[in-house]
Amino acid sequence: MGNKQTVFTPEQLDAYQDCTFFTRKEILRLFYRYRDLAPQLVPLDYTDKPDVTLPYELIGSMPELKDNPFRQRIAEVFSENGDGNMTLDDFLDMFSVLSEMAPRDLKAYYAFKIYDFNNDDYICKSDLEKTVNKLTRNELTPEEVSLVCEKVIYEADVDNDGKLSLEDFQHMIIRAPDFLSHYRSPRFPDSF
Amino acid sequence: MKKKLSVLKEAQLFVEKFEGALGKGKGKKFYAYKVMMTKKWMKFQRDFENFKTACIPWEMKIKEIESHFGSSVASYFIFLRWMYGINMILFGLTFGLVMVPEALMGKPYGSLPRKTVPRAEEASAMNFATLWDFSGFAQYSVLFYGYYNNQRTIGWLKFRMPLSYFLVGVGTIGYSFMIVIRTMARNANEDGGGDDTSFNFSWKMFTSWDYLIGNPETADNKFASITTSFKEAIVEEQESRKEENIHLTRFLRVLANFLALCTLAGSGYLIFFVVRRSQKFALEGLENYGWWERNEVNMVMSLLGMFCPTLFDVISSLENYHPRIALRWQLGRIFALFLGNLYTFIIALMDEINLKLEEEKIVKYNMSIWEANLYNGTIPENSTAPPIQVDPADVPRGPCWETMVGQEFVRLTVSDTMTTYITILIGDFLRAVFVRFFNYCWCWDLEYGFPSYSEFDISGNVLGLIFNQGMIWMGSFYAPCLPAINVFRLHTSMYLQCWAVMCCNVPQERVFKASRSNNFYMAMLLFILFLSTLPAVYTIVSIPPSFDCGPFSGKTRMFEVISETLEHDFPSWFGKVFGYASNPGLILPFILLMVTILFLEWSKAKILKIDKEKKKKKERRKIQGKMRQNREKSICRLIIYCLHQ
Repeated sequence: MGNKQTVFTPEQLDAYQDCTFFTRKEILRLFYRYRDLAPQLVPLDYTDKPDVTLPYELIGSMPELKDNPFRQRIAEVFSENGDGNMTLDDFLDMFSVLSEMAPRDLKAYYAFKIYDFNNDDYICKSDLEKTVNKLTRNELTPEEVSLVCEKVIYEADVDNDGKLSLEDFQHMIIRAPDFLSHYRSPRFPDSF
Repeated sequence: MKKKLSVLKEAQLFVEKFEGALGKGKGKKFYAYKVMMTKKWMKFQRDFENFKTACIPWEMKIKEIESHFGSSVASYFIFLRWMYGINMILFGLTFGLVMVPEALMGKPYGSLPRKTVPRAEEASAMNFATLWDFSGFAQYSVLFYGYYNNQRTIGWLKFRMPLSYFLVGVGTIGYSFMIVIRTMARNANEDGGGDDTSFNFSWKMFTSWDYLIGNPETADNKFASITTSFKEAIVEEQESRKEENIHLTRFLRVLANFLALCTLAGSGYLIFFVVRRSQKFALEGLENYGWWERNEVNMVMSLLGMFCPTLFDVISSLENYHPRIALRWQLGRIFALFLGNLYTFIIALMDEINLKLEEEKIVKYNMSIWEANLYNGTIPENSTAPPIQVDPADVPRGPCWETMVGQEFVRLTVSDTMTTYITILIGDFLRAVFVRFFNYCWCWDLEYGFPSYSEFDISGNVLGLIFNQGMIWMGSFYAPCLPAINVFRLHTSMYLQCWAVMCCNVPQERVFKASRSNNFYMAMLLFILFLSTLPAVYTIVSIPPSFDCGPFSGKTRMFEVISETLEHDFPSWFGKVFGYASNPGLILPFILLMVTILFLEWSKAKILKIDKEKKKKKERRKIQGKMRQNREKSICRLIIYCLHQ
């Protein structure tokens, strides 16, 4: 575990450090976690920027994401073409936003994208219904779900168009007391 | 990420082209060092927070209960834990400053008459039955008031035992007042936060899932708690939308209150009747009666405490209130019931104290005769002579009313605890077992109809806890062992009730959120604290202490120990200053000043609250205005753009 590592060139590592909120060590740790998901697919040498994508099923089986009801949306939001299959860049990006160093605005931006199930840049009533059902594992009756969605739109929709835009969402979520403490990924244990 | 990397490359090229050597070299190293220290400090802070949270006892248990049963049931357990903390402090005070010094530095057992079991009781002093009743050896030990010697200082440390006893008694009450009021003030602060309701549902939806969860069991709990929390919020919303037929509701409510009053009056009369009967029994001598007659008062009080709350529950179904308000009415009524019990108990106790005071006069007279008989024939009366060695166990004793009071409180606490545990075991556990296993061979569905599983009775349990604490406050001056017994009781209670709730109870049908702060419980606790200090203070100030037991024996009033200390232990000018300061002419204006300051602070707080509400409304209006402006601007721009095309 010395200073000599052969996975990335020094320029690559510096670039990653500048683009994410991680240190060298953390980036390497994340790389090894990424590789552990499929050792036969991910090469140990990234200096020539290989084009390797891991399918969503592998990402969704990570212990940090396995129990999260929104794991599929998270993978879709951070993957390049929106299908949930992630390259190493996407993987680093995802955990960088979820880390505790990421600022509120950034997290709010990505949270908005996660809850926008139909990718139309607005959280409409059907998105809200899907969110509630995922959160309660379908235990609420349809009337209750509908009541909750109406209340959310009533509370947060400032421009009165019947759906939440990014500004509405940000305005509402920035004040939430639990927002920062809940939107965090757990720290990774040393895997080597 | 690709975009980020390309932007990064562009930015780096730009910086190199235009800024050159700016900021490279020295500045960079220091900046990197600063960043590293900040990261390390953040890590340390986070670890410390984790450690602090891990130290809170029973936190995981309570979180689990909260996720299954909702915040109102969990609030009972949080209250229980808070009471445990207070009792630990009280226990520390009484144990460390009263019991331990006397045990270590005072005269040992058997050296004085007050510290020895009388000859007549010696045979049965070690029996379990006697010890369970807190007589025998338990009575003549540091557990009760009567054991303490009235020597001014004891041991080589010159520890002032009577002063310490008095100050610990006053200190426990003072500390309890302080902490209850401080908690109420702190909770009132939180309660004033109106942000609570402005984004209630939105926050529940978007921030309730904890992305830190990595374990399926915790995830299950979290799903359960989110569902419960949504249901709570939905109930609140539906309640606020309901329309009602006002006249019918009012009539039903008046009827319900009338029925409740009848029940209270009935129970009051029943207790009064039973106490009279027990006094009659006592006069005729208790040996003629069986176990029921001897324990009639205690049993009737416990039975009333078990059945009346259920009756009140049935009555409250007439009233159709929001569950939180119904809970408050229920609490109020049970409170009135328990108050009746409490004051009947105190009146009975006062009667007994008066009896014992009469008895004391007779004993004093008999003692002088007995002493005379001892010296009879050996030495003439008016010459000084060494006292004859008499075994302390043979000396005739005065009835020690303080120890008797302490014993009554300890017995009441123990029987209360036993009743609670047996009720839980029979009412909850056996009932659940019966419903579960007899359901297969029963004509109707036991789980849905009668009796079904029981729900956790929040009001009954909270009031039980509060009144138990009232007993402790009243009795701890006369029985220093009471806080210790209570700590033990609360500790076992926590485990037993947590187990019983998870194992035998079902969540309530209408789940609602308890009031955000526990100020309602706190207010009741404060009231009970005030009521329980009244009898204690009355006995301290107006009844003379027993002549041969306790740290104040020989004085005319217990509080004289203070004036005695001022005389002997402080320089003389101190006594003079104190004398001037305690002049009523000085104290009355001081009281007036305090009242005016209190009134000022209260009106200030009210104005601040109104200001806060106004500011919030203004902000919301401003943001709506800004959004409208933005939209208008973009529409204008669009029109101009279209015109240009």
